[in-house]
Amino acid sequence: MKRVRAEVLSTRKVGAYHSLTLVAPEIAEKARPGQFLAVAMPEGREFLLRRHFAIHQASRRGGWAGTLEIVVDPTGPGTEWLTGVRAHGSLEVIGPLGTAFAYPKRLTNCLLIAEGHGAASVYFLAQELLARHKRVDMVVGGETLDRVFKPIEGKRLSTTISILTADGTLGEAGPLMQAVPEMVERTSTEVVYAAARSRTLGDVAAFCRDRKLPAQVAVEERMGCGFGLCQTCVVPVARKDGSGYDHVRSCVDGPVFNPARIVWDRWLADEATTASAPGEGLPMVQSWPG
Amino acid sequence: MPALKRTLSVDLHGLVVPTPVMIASGCAGTGRELSGLVDVRKVGAVVSRSITFEPERGSPTPRIAESAAGVVWSTGLQNPGVDAFVAQELPRLAKGGTPVIVSISGGTLEDFVRLTGALQGRPEVSGLEINMSGRDLELGREVLGEHVDRATEVAGAVARMSLVPVFAKLPVHAPSLAEIARGAVRAGVTGLTIGAPPPALAVGVERLRPELGGVTGWLSGPAVKPIMLRSVFEVARAVPEVPVIASGGIRSGDDAVEAMLAGAWAVQVGTATLVDPAAPVAVAQGIARYLKQKGMASPTELRARLHIPAAYATAESTEAAE
Repeated sequence: MKRVRAEVLSTRKVGAYHSLTLVAPEIAEKARPGQFLAVAMPEGREFLLRRHFAIHQASRRGGWAGTLEIVVDPTGPGTEWLTGVRAHGSLEVIGPLGTAFAYPKRLTNCLLIAEGHGAASVYFLAQELLARHKRVDMVVGGETLDRVFKPIEGKRLSTTISILTADGTLGEAGPLMQAVPEMVERTSTEVVYAAARSRTLGDVAAFCRDRKLPAQVAVEERMGCGFGLCQTCVVPVARKDGSGYDHVRSCVDGPVFNPARIVWDRWLADEATTASAPGEGLPMVQSWPG
Repeated sequence: MPALKRTLSVDLHGLVVPTPVMIASGCAGTGRELSGLVDVRKVGAVVSRSITFEPERGSPTPRIAESAAGVVWSTGLQNPGVDAFVAQELPRLAKGGTPVIVSISGGTLEDFVRLTGALQGRPEVSGLEINMSGRDLELGREVLGEHVDRATEVAGAVARMSLVPVFAKLPVHAPSLAEIARGAVRAGVTGLTIGAPPPALAVGVERLRPELGGVTGWLSGPAVKPIMLRSVFEVARAVPEVPVIASGGIRSGDDAVEAMLAGAWAVQVGTATLVDPAAPVAVAQGIARYLKQKGMASPTELRARLHIPAAYATAESTEAAE
């Protein structure tokens, strides 16, 4: 983990998102899929906390060596400010933070599930799996067409891909899980990876438990610092001895978890009491701070 | 003119800290998070997260929300309980040699007494800080430390038992704070931390829900600094011989100097550490710069040096006499 001032190499709009490429060789060298960056906000504003972004790309070789790419989903003052950052400006970042996805040793058929900006870390994971001669299939989606992150890139990285949107503006209409059972059958999936909103992850977890499929999920919970100090980004994780659960920090002990250890009823119950209006299908809660 | 021997070290009546800048409770992690991000040896002291006698799982998420120049947060005092803390966290926090002040929290007098007992004689503990922001389970009050009777009782029990300096962290917003401060000092505490953050609520209008899973929380960050300054000022005038540690919204050397001019002997940096883990060291450097500029030898020269108009002082003493 390093704290560096990184030059912004480029910034561009990708659908509803903004992609930022940063020069940070110390971080890029060590970054693995699933890990994230904590980006400092400018001084003298009324928003203080760092914003946290999954690492979408980390180039160690070639002309782009030493660069990192993050995907910003502008939903609040801090992320809006980041979309306005120009090339050759600089950002103070800490990273790589958190746990990474683990690669399977024996098993080969991997199904990757990505919802919204979750695709940022999932595509990075796909590259790493392909480099290890694994088969990658994907289910990718979002609320609308512009919230499906780089679908062409998803196609390029996978043997087969299923794309879904809630409103049917791209691919099939419906929730991501609608396509998962058939995909698992068709591709003889052996391992499942997912980065999605918590409800979808809960469904993925239940499905994988029933099918006895090993899985890893990257969670999002609202964070204060990102490096383990503030104890706010916790997720309920079952104790190994089965004697209940503990609140575990998703910044240092996650964001990648074995979904079988997360107490989904507990976590989603917390979400239900605070995070959705009664009886209205409002859009997903941005659990990463805006 | 002989060369001025400049120092940042401060003696808090028995607790000597190398710099007057501490990391506030709940912002120092568990002893390994800060390595590589800041040289903890350059920090005056580290205050642990608040420890309860039994393990505490803490409140549901979300636990933090931003507000203008601040954060509304509540962890529900998540901690592993005093036994696990002593076995695992405490040795790690103390490893670098930085003084460790353990923050203790409870709902009954017995809780505080048992906690003090459990930490008694541990060489890694340089001081205790009493978190009085919890509910008073015996008297059924919302905040234990807002009432002079109980604040005095708890402070006295801990101070009598403890072998290390004890600091009572009083709610920054408490009415009659000066009176509570006098009570705690009479009961024997070494010093006072001013103070614990005020309670707060963050509302999400889109979802018609509180922003925090635990509904209400505490307001921290620059937004509370002026409230803290006034409370430090008031307490320092009420108990001028007693070490006062300022905590609330400090993120720069100038902020710390302001608190010291208002009467603080030392400061704590909390929310700023979450944003910039090196902030406590930067604050100390800022104080050093200010001292050099003003030709002062030590932070003690800043203490309560605020020039108060004579009319204010007189008006106050007349008020007190009435």
